[in-house]
Amino acid sequence: MELTPARLPRWILVLAAVGGLFVVLPLVAMALRVDWVHFVPLVTSESARAALLLSLRTSISATMLCVVFGVPMALVLARTSFRGQRILRSLVLLPLVLPPVVGGIALLYTFGRRGLLGGTLEALGVDIAFSTTAVVLSQAFVALPFLVLSLEGALRTVGTRYEAVGATLGATRWTVLRRITLPLVLPALISGAVLSFARALGEFGATLTFAGSLQGTTRTLPLEIYLQRETDPDAAVALSLILVVVAIAVVGAAHRVRPLGSLAPARPVAPALRRAVDTH
Amino acid sequence: MGRMRFRTRGQRLLLLPAALIAALGISACGADETAGSADTTAHSGGGSITVFAAASLKEPFTALADQFEDAHPGTDLTLNFAGSSDLATQLVEGAPADVLASADESTMERVRGADLLDGEPVTFATNILQLAVPPDNTAGIASLADAARPGVKTVVCAAQVPCGAAAARLQEAADVDLAPVSEESSVTDVLGKISSGEADAGLVYVTDVRAAGETVLGIAVPEAADVVNTYPVAALAGSQDPGTARDFVDFVVGDDGRAVLEAAGFGAP
Repeated sequence: MELTPARLPRWILVLAAVGGLFVVLPLVAMALRVDWVHFVPLVTSESARAALLLSLRTSISATMLCVVFGVPMALVLARTSFRGQRILRSLVLLPLVLPPVVGGIALLYTFGRRGLLGGTLEALGVDIAFSTTAVVLSQAFVALPFLVLSLEGALRTVGTRYEAVGATLGATRWTVLRRITLPLVLPALISGAVLSFARALGEFGATLTFAGSLQGTTRTLPLEIYLQRETDPDAAVALSLILVVVAIAVVGAAHRVRPLGSLAPARPVAPALRRAVDTH
Repeated sequence: MGRMRFRTRGQRLLLLPAALIAALGISACGADETAGSADTTAHSGGGSITVFAAASLKEPFTALADQFEDAHPGTDLTLNFAGSSDLATQLVEGAPADVLASADESTMERVRGADLLDGEPVTFATNILQLAVPPDNTAGIASLADAARPGVKTVVCAAQVPCGAAAARLQEAADVDLAPVSEESSVTDVLGKISSGEADAGLVYVTDVRAAGETVLGIAVPEAADVVNTYPVAALAGSQDPGTARDFVDFVVGDDGRAVLEAAGFGAP
């Protein structure tokens, strides 16, 4: 049952409008400051293009890392139960609420040259310091919870009934996962991956602290904006607008695949189940 | 089922703002937060002023503010430290303040250009660059030329910020071409990379090396004496208490200010 707006108390609408303006107005204010005459040269300068390309490249890599490790993590959290699981879930989601600069310091003390794993990595001939790899690690660290959270919620919502039926019909664990579980939560997986990508794209604090800032290697778009602000505020605003547009597109895309609010499967369950059964 | 729905709804509530935060990306920095707190300071008169000072002045200006308050009972100083360029942007965008002390002249010129100064800026201190290395100096750096050796991870400030501009001039003066692995946005970021051992060497101000204490080792660069950064201070036109603002400027420029700044490693103007 849905409430029509008319049935809400009026003050709720007022507060909602103020809240909405609070989010939208700063974006409008920034768009108003854009120097449209020089917009194209500002956002296509060599340093801007290098930053945008690096951002896209690293964010895609980070998203892939998130999928590779986040899907198993979500499955473990949603489909198993063990002591300390709730604590583990909280820990996994920690980067969501952690200031990114704290994440950067933590990564530095882990993967840095003198960090926990620094000696091991050096022995293996891996040098992460000031490399693009460090950027990808920073981004994956802050983006991973988005995928895990999104997918775990969907897995819990679809439940285990179809998986159980599939198993009784003789499907192996891998078949159940591949033919039933993952197809059921595919929309959530996609929207989770898109959100992770968006978070990776915006990563700033951890990258600055852990990876450094060098054009083409570690200076992603947010770092470029931060630096340009020092001498060329117009360029900073123009690049910020690019990032906002990309962000809106990304969030919009995720919303199309699966409304961010709804956790119900976007496609009917029966075909997935039928396909799973057909193969056996 | 009811409990579970509740949880997923909670996640839904969490997701939207989280997505927006993620999309906007850039997180707030410490400097901006301090600016925010300074903004809320009311200009009640009665010797209450706000001083905007370059981040590198944090220690000497904190000490100077205490001394000034002791010498002028009833006065109350609020200090706001940030990168000079951030301070200038905040002032030009209308942040209320009474005194500006910046780490370079071009920043002061920007504020002067916006017609925000009360009188002329006065140079009150100088600063020079120094090589900073981790305390154990594993890369065996002894000179600027060593920092330019292939395989040595050297970090400098980006050319867009004052310490980076100075680093570029120093390389020119010393005829050394560094190939930095990172060009940071602030001296603090350069120092962080060195004290953590992530980088082998970096160019920072001599006062930063002193303030960093045991965490880094300073190596003097002879040519640095030719690349001097000057620090100007000025009262601001928008001051609610111009008398106290000018008094503080005189205090910084005077003997008391000189002694504190010298102890922090700053040179005489």
